[in-house]
Amino acid sequence: MDWTTSINTILKEEQIMSDIPAPFRVLVEKEISDHVRSWRFMILVGLILLTTSGSVYTILSVIRDNPAELSAESTYLYLSLFTSSINNLPPFITLIGFLGPLVGIALGFDAVNSERNNGTISRILSQPIPRDYFINSKFVGALIVVFALVFALGFLVLGIGILFIGILPAFEEFVRILMFLIFTCIYIAFWLNLGITSSIVFRQASTSALSALAIWLFFTVFYGMIVRMGAQSFIPNEATANSLTLMFSRVSPDYLFNELTTVLLTPSIRSLGALSFEQVSGTLPSTLPLGQSMLLVWPDITALIAGTLICFGISYALFMRQEIRA
Amino acid sequence: MIAIKDLVKDYDNTRAVDHLNLTIGKGEIFGLLGPNGAGKTTIILTLLGLSEPTSGSVTVNDRNATSEPIKVKKITGYLPDDVGFSENSTGLQSLVYTAMLNGIPREKAIESARELLEIVGLQDAADQKTKTYSKGMTQRLGLADVLIKEPQIMILDEPTIGIDPRGIHDFLGLIRKLSKEKGMTVLLSSHLLHQVQKICDRVGILVGGKLLAEGNVHDLADKLFGARETSFTVVADPVTDELVHKLQEVPSVSEVKKNGTGIIVTGSKVAAPLISQTVVQSGAKLFRISGKEYGLDDIYQHYFEGGANHV
Repeated sequence: MDWTTSINTILKEEQIMSDIPAPFRVLVEKEISDHVRSWRFMILVGLILLTTSGSVYTILSVIRDNPAELSAESTYLYLSLFTSSINNLPPFITLIGFLGPLVGIALGFDAVNSERNNGTISRILSQPIPRDYFINSKFVGALIVVFALVFALGFLVLGIGILFIGILPAFEEFVRILMFLIFTCIYIAFWLNLGITSSIVFRQASTSALSALAIWLFFTVFYGMIVRMGAQSFIPNEATANSLTLMFSRVSPDYLFNELTTVLLTPSIRSLGALSFEQVSGTLPSTLPLGQSMLLVWPDITALIAGTLICFGISYALFMRQEIRA
Repeated sequence: MIAIKDLVKDYDNTRAVDHLNLTIGKGEIFGLLGPNGAGKTTIILTLLGLSEPTSGSVTVNDRNATSEPIKVKKITGYLPDDVGFSENSTGLQSLVYTAMLNGIPREKAIESARELLEIVGLQDAADQKTKTYSKGMTQRLGLADVLIKEPQIMILDEPTIGIDPRGIHDFLGLIRKLSKEKGMTVLLSSHLLHQVQKICDRVGILVGGKLLAEGNVHDLADKLFGARETSFTVVADPVTDELVHKLQEVPSVSEVKKNGTGIIVTGSKVAAPLISQTVVQSGAKLFRISGKEYGLDDIYQHYFEGGANHV
């Protein structure tokens, strides 16, 4: 008797507890609804859908009409949906690698400064919530949106592929695609954090957007060139120059992401560097299992996650130390 | 309810608040007056734990605002001077959002948001997006936003900024009414004297981060001008040179000046009955005698003119 009543009271309390909205949840929900309803987000989605559908559609029609046109060693049809490039249309992974940072920066560049300029930040922070809820909810809210977007897109491509080709993807293919989508999210999260950081540093939304875009352009366009030029002009030995170039290139998140996703989606890649003839001799021209591919890019994975976390840490520290008043 | 002890706040090289002491009792409406940059907002942010004091302590309802900000923020409603709302939400949605951040379930939040919108007179604009609101409407929504958490303390930073005079009257009336009905403590900052004078029980004058004086408006005036001379305007007929001469001989009158049909008499406060007596005895008709009442304006003026000496 005693314990049933006590259980009942506990259940009742649980009931009451679940009615009370948790502030963090409320903040995140608000973030998500703000993002999803914004014109900016719709434009981004439209842009991504337009560009990727072109690429995927061409590949699908090739697979259906003339599969021999695809590279002969690619036994993974579904992976080639994401990686093949036909008629000079960039493949899906390149498009995502290009548009992903744009999505991240677009969702983050005015996260804090717009609230500051609207006069909402002091009102929100005067509610009974810890200060870091604000910045955390900015990150988590946008991240959830990114996850939803990337996975929706990836599964859409898969689904359309199944409809067109009529064969189910192999389990390993599916897992590889899942991995690819997850790392795409992490990659976008990096740029998202960069956007949020610059929204804390710069008062003006346009300055913040431009500075984040400048960093992105630097890494995608100039960084590789600078590294290559530097290595080639200062180091006479070509092999050392190459390995140095590779090492320094990997500082760029863009390079990391490309390397990572290419390896994940192309099981025939066996090494990231150059292999000598002795090493290659005697090997069978086969594909790597998923575990081995993962092993190959493990450093890239760690670096990418670390970069994302460092970026978030910086924005967190900056925000917590910043004065609220305008 | 609010106790500020020896508060100091430095920004880089400037001292925004300088050894400030202040207590505000429960149910009191306290006006914090001072020019821009006097440190009003800094004090308010410190009260909410949003800014850390360099030294000194701030307690709200016996809770230290710096170390237990959440407990303080639970019972305190804050209306910032540049209050704004998420542009694409309606007024109702904004209030419900604030309520839910305070742990009020959605259904109850919607109910009390509607009630509050009626109280502040925004019931017709409840479902309009807040970006269509005028400044006055935004301020009223801000007040509703403060009230929805049912605070024990309201902190209003420059609440009348940007509202037209009629709106200010209504807005301040509303604040006073709500505060007295619910026994809420109100801290209100402003650089506009007349408005604050009307609704505050007590005011403090803040210049350069120092509280120069505090008390109710009359006390302040007495403290400042009590010892000084008051000027009386005497309207009488006829005003003869003889009358002027006689007035000059009245004890505690220092100066008499003829001014058309009136006479300006300067002297101490107690001279009033003697002046009227003299006028009547001299055979002139006395129409009016009025002493100048010192208001906040004069107090303010006094401090700002002498500001440099005090700081």
